[in-house]
This record gives sequence, C-alpha cells and structure tokens, in this order.
Amino acid sequence: MINLELPQKLINIQKMSHQLASGVFRPISRKYDRIEHCDTPEELKPVAQMMASIRPARGGKKEAPSADAGTVNGANLFAIVGGEELCWGDVGLLLSIPGSGLGNAAINAVGTPEQKEKFGKLYCAMAITEPGAGSDSAAISTTARLDGDEWVLNGEKIYCTAGQRGDAIVVWATLDKSKGKAAIKSFIVPQGAPGLTLVRVEDKMGLRISDTAALSFDNCRIPKENILGSPEIADTEEARKKAFGGVMQTFDNTRPAVAAMALGVARAALEITREILEKEGVKADYSKSLYNSTAIEAELYRMEADLEAARLMTYKAAWMADNGQPNSKEASMCKAKAGRMGNYVTLKCVELCGEMGYSEQRLLEKLARDSKIIDIFEGTQQIQQLIVARNLLGLSSRELK
Amino acid sequence: MSQDLPFDLSLSEEQRITRESMRRYAERQLRAIARDADEAGAAPEGFYTGTMELGLGLLPIPEVHGGADMPRSPMSNVLNTEDLAYGDISLALGTLAPLSFINAVLDFGNEAQQEAFLPRLAQEHFVPATVALTEGRATFDPAQLATKARQDGDSYVIDGEKRLVILGASAELLLVIADLEGEGPAAFVVDQGSDGLSAEAQDYMGLRAVETATITLKNVRVPASHRLANFDLERLVDLGRIGSAALAVGCCQAVLDYCIPYVKERKAFGEPIAWRQSVAFMISDMAIELEGMRLLVWRAASRAEQGLPFHREAHLAKTYAAEKAMQIGTNGVQLFGGAGFVRDYPLEMWYRNLRAVALLDAATLV
Repeated sequence: MINLELPQKLINIQKMSHQLASGVFRPISRKYDRIEHCDTPEELKPVAQMMASIRPARGGKKEAPSADAGTVNGANLFAIVGGEELCWGDVGLLLSIPGSGLGNAAINAVGTPEQKEKFGKLYCAMAITEPGAGSDSAAISTTARLDGDEWVLNGEKIYCTAGQRGDAIVVWATLDKSKGKAAIKSFIVPQGAPGLTLVRVEDKMGLRISDTAALSFDNCRIPKENILGSPEIADTEEARKKAFGGVMQTFDNTRPAVAAMALGVARAALEITREILEKEGVKADYSKSLYNSTAIEAELYRMEADLEAARLMTYKAAWMADNGQPNSKEASMCKAKAGRMGNYVTLKCVELCGEMGYSEQRLLEKLARDSKIIDIFEGTQQIQQLIVARNLLGLSSRELK
Repeated sequence: MSQDLPFDLSLSEEQRITRESMRRYAERQLRAIARDADEAGAAPEGFYTGTMELGLGLLPIPEVHGGADMPRSPMSNVLNTEDLAYGDISLALGTLAPLSFINAVLDFGNEAQQEAFLPRLAQEHFVPATVALTEGRATFDPAQLATKARQDGDSYVIDGEKRLVILGASAELLLVIADLEGEGPAAFVVDQGSDGLSAEAQDYMGLRAVETATITLKNVRVPASHRLANFDLERLVDLGRIGSAALAVGCCQAVLDYCIPYVKERKAFGEPIAWRQSVAFMISDMAIELEGMRLLVWRAASRAEQGLPFHREAHLAKTYAAEKAMQIGTNGVQLFGGAGFVRDYPLEMWYRNLRAVALLDAATLV
C-alpha cells in the first residue's frame, strides 16, 4: 500500500539520531570548523562505540523478501533517515566518526569473512581519486604487482576522506593498465604499511573537520590476502563488466546516503532561516498560495518543496535497495537532486538572512560551505546526470560521453 | 487513523490492474483524438459517453445511492488522474469533472444531501457536473471570493462570476463556491436551469479540447438544503491542488516518454542528438524533476487517504508541480526544435496545456 510516511521504528531512529546531532554535534560544530586539523575529536569517540553497537548489517539485497511477502524498510532506509538527522547536526563530524568510512562499506560489501573479521571493526578510508583521475575512476594509474606473498603498490592518491585518521585504507590500483577497468582491484592497506606516506591533509572551503588526505605509495608492501575480491583479470567483455560493475555497485548504496547528507544540511539551514525570519514577522505558514505570497515567503515554499522532493527521492532509492530492486538510476537521480538542492537552499538561506546569514556568529555560512562538496564527491552532479541519461536513453558510455 | 505502515511505494494489486487499463485507455481514447479535439475546441461527439466504461464516477458513490460503494480513495484518484492526463490534460479534466463534484458532495454533504444529489449522477450515461471556484482576478485567493451569497428566508441568493469552469455550460449540476454574508466561503449546488444563471464558452491558450466556460450568476436562488452542510474550503482547495499537480505529472510523463525516442532518432552532425550532453542532460533533468513532482503528489494524497493532515503537503506538491511542469513542457518543445513549435506534433499543445497547472484551482478534486 502506498504510504510515504515513516513507520514508528524509523521515527525512533530519527529521534535518537536527532538527540545525538543536537546534543553532541551542534554544540561543537563551529569549534571544529575553526580547528580544522586535529586527531579524531574526543567528543566523537563515545559516539563511535555507540554507532558500532547499533549499526545494522548492510546489504539488504540478500535478505530481500519475495514480492508477495510485502515491503520492508531495512538498513538502507535506516541509514538515510539517521544520516539526515546527523548531518542536520554536522556533516563533517559525521564523516569523522571512526568506523564510518567508505572503506568500511566496501569491505562489508565484498570482503571475505576473514577480511570482515580483521578489518570490519576498524576505521577504513577509501582512496580512489588521483591527481589525474577523478570521476573517470577507470583511468587510475596507481599500480599493484604481486611479489611473492606481498602486493607492491606504487602511485599517488588524493582527496581521501579519513586518509589520515583511518586505521586502514582501501586503495584502488590497477594490475595492468593496458587491460582497463577489468584490471582495477582494491587493496586494504593498513596505516603504517612500509612505503605508505601521508603527503598532506587538505585545507578546504567546508567540511573542514573531516580529514582529506593526499597519500603516496612508494613500493608499499601489504600481505597477499589484503586484496578485496578476486585477483584474476576478467578476460571476456561480460566478466569485465561484472567485475567493475561489482565495484561500482557499492555506489548504488552509498549515493543515497550522500544525498541524505544534503537533506540534513539543507534542513538545518532552512530551520535556522525560518527562525531568523519569524523574528522579522515573516511567516510562511502555507496560508496563501505561492502567488499571493511575498517574495521571501515564496522562496521559503520553493525551498521546502525542493527539500521534500529530494528527500522522497532519496527514500525511494533506499527503499528500492532494501527490497532488492535495481536502483542505479534512482540512486543517481536522488544524488543529483539532493546535491543541487543542498547548494541552492543553503546559499539562498545565507542570502535571505543578509548579514546574519553571512556571519560566522551563526551556522548558515558554514552550512553553505559544507554543502558544496556533497554535489561533488561520490560522483559529481554531471556524472549523476550522465548515469541517469544513459539509463533513460539506453545509451552506452561510448555513445553518450 | 494512524497506522504503523512501512514506507512503501508499491501499488495494490487493484491499483496496478486499473493503472494498466487506464493507461491503455488514455493512449487509445484520449491521446489519439487530442489534437483534433484541440483544433475543434471540443471533445468529439460521444467521447464522454465512452468514458463511462471506466466507471470512475460510480465507484465512490454508496450503493444506496446507486453507486459501486468503493471506499473514497484520493490515492487511487491521483493514479487515475495521472494516467488520464498521460493521454491528454483537457480530456482528462472533462472526464474527471463529475467525479470532482461527487467527491465534494461525499466529503462535504450530509446524508440528506448525498441522497438528494448523488443518485442524479449515478447513471448509466455521462452526467456532466462540475465545481466552480476560480474567479477572473490576478492574485485570486479562494478565501477572498468576489462571488457573494446571502440568506433570504428559506433560500440563498448568489451573485457573481465564475471562470474557467470545466464543462461549465453543459453541467447539469454545479457546485458554486461563494462568500456567504457573515459566514465566509460556502458551497452551493446549483442546477443548470436556474433563473439568473448563464454560461458562456471561453477560449484559452490551452485546455481547448474541453469545454471551459464563464458562469454568470445574477440573483440565482437555491433552496437552503443546497448549501453543503460540512463545507471546508481548505480541504477543497487542497484536494484541488493535488488534482492539478497529478494532471501535471501525467502530462509531463507523456512529454518525457515522447522525447526519448525522438532524440535518439533525430540526427545532427552525423549522430543522434541524444549523444550530446546538452540534450541528454535536459532529458535527465526532466526525469529528475518529474520524479520529485510525482512523489510530492503521492505523499499528499496518501496522507489525505490515511486521514492525516495534508495541507502543507498539498501546498508543496502544487508549488513544485506548477513550476517544474512548465519547465518540462518548455524543454519538450525545445528538444523538438522547430518540430516542437508546429502543430503536427503534440509538444506545443502540451506546453499550452501545462501552463494551466498553476492556475487550476478546484477543477479536479482527488
């Protein structure tokens, strides 16, 4: 039965997450935006323990019920609902919680039981981007070769979230550049592995408390069993697609989670803006249609609608994943929508509140700075549009470049 | 009536089956004749009689009043509205006008009023009926009506002018919303033959396939029993907002589905224009905003269906749909280039029709 309200168990998750966001994140949000470079904030350590104890197992696909067993609201939707609340508190702090890394998602998705046992409880970053390869992750040039019982990695990685604070880093590298996507594998590199160097931690416009590292791998050696997935290079077109597709599938689950970040950040900005404007007598209480409202009320209505559209699209993508429905298109649609909505809403809020929006005395300017990256990482707006368009038009990446 | 339901976008078995047949009907019976009807300024003879096979009006009427006694379902109405508008917005508006009247009587009429009016609509043949709310004013506000009613003994006397009334001239029964002296907005069932009531067809930029009329009321007298007992203007406006947004969703889906094969076939510089990001990104944007529109509409309707407050959600759905629908309509014309502008193709007609979404008030009550 069509119902777009959340069930009680999700409302409970929402409430719990909100308490954490308002009790722990908000009070330290500005402080760590200013500090920027530091170890994991002390305040987040108990949060990490708590999250580890409640985090539900990922990967709803296997547990998905048959069509007639009814719909389920599982781990994916839980993550969206909780994620929005936490990012309402602070998106940078969420990304700084030990154990919340993208590498953890990858290990959970494709790791062997031994790897999950060994690394699953650690804080695992993911290193894909290189100075010469961003969205075109098939073009990476970091290499891996087997030498006896060890893999030897060489290359440079940049923009690696938690690359400094993480216990381990899942590194994408190619076994043979001439073989394209099929030769790209990921490797778990523990912090302190010989040949791994932290080059620098970036200074950024927003998301400052989250460490974004540049790493260098100079004959970096790791044990042979630290490869994620099979070391074979697929040699048929079919197998190649499957191998790389498997890697990319991780993103079908993570894109809605990133969209949820934009929901939280935008909602925070909108709530603060409404409070400020209410003191000036601006009441957007839905009593008038858009066309009988003042310009400022109309903007509030537009922003609310835009936020809610993005939220429902994100719920939908997650709901599909929870119910075993392929959601690649919907995951990209919600990421594209939420990413640009986040920028539009947070920047408009700064504008509407004038000096109070621009000032560091409040959080609006910070939320606008934080929101920008959400439309860039985990696939830019333009990459999401490409995925959606190829999907709708039935075109290959060679046809629609 | 708060149930602990999971978030769920699956249609019920019945909705799924209805959706299939409704879509098919819309393509064969509405889309196929929409252009000719637009040019002619009217639906062809027998069109509305044909729509009786859908059973839309009969469904929610209680059995005692001659109907099929199905539960009143705003959500199913939204799906039907989307599907009919997938064929054509104008013809969908005409088809659904009596249902809007029926829904209003079900929601706002007392038992005696339902008994008085519903059997007249529960017929084998199409009985035109409609809701008349809109007035000809910029910044029109349904809470500030220029059409006035006053009590006079055992009857009410109504004066004013209603515009953009769907099936206004042929409707046997009209639900006229007027400002009742001392009380505010009220709803009156008015018979077409009433003294002082006149209807004049009016042409618009779009919605040409359906009869749109200006209704003039000069000292129109109706019995006191014709004032709907439990009228709620906010609910009427909100159901109308959801309805017009659902019309937009259906038509925008038609635009998108029509553009996709065209941009794949149409070649420029030796390759399909779909291979260009400037074109492909317009398609993805249309799909993204359409998805947002649809989900906002569904949320508002599902809340209405569950008896939850839905004023805010209806407002947001309408706000969003009115703007995005026009963008999608505009992009549809643009993607077809010159072919979008000529009347051989439906794009320009959809563009004209979609402009109406923002200003339709209570034409379609879900």
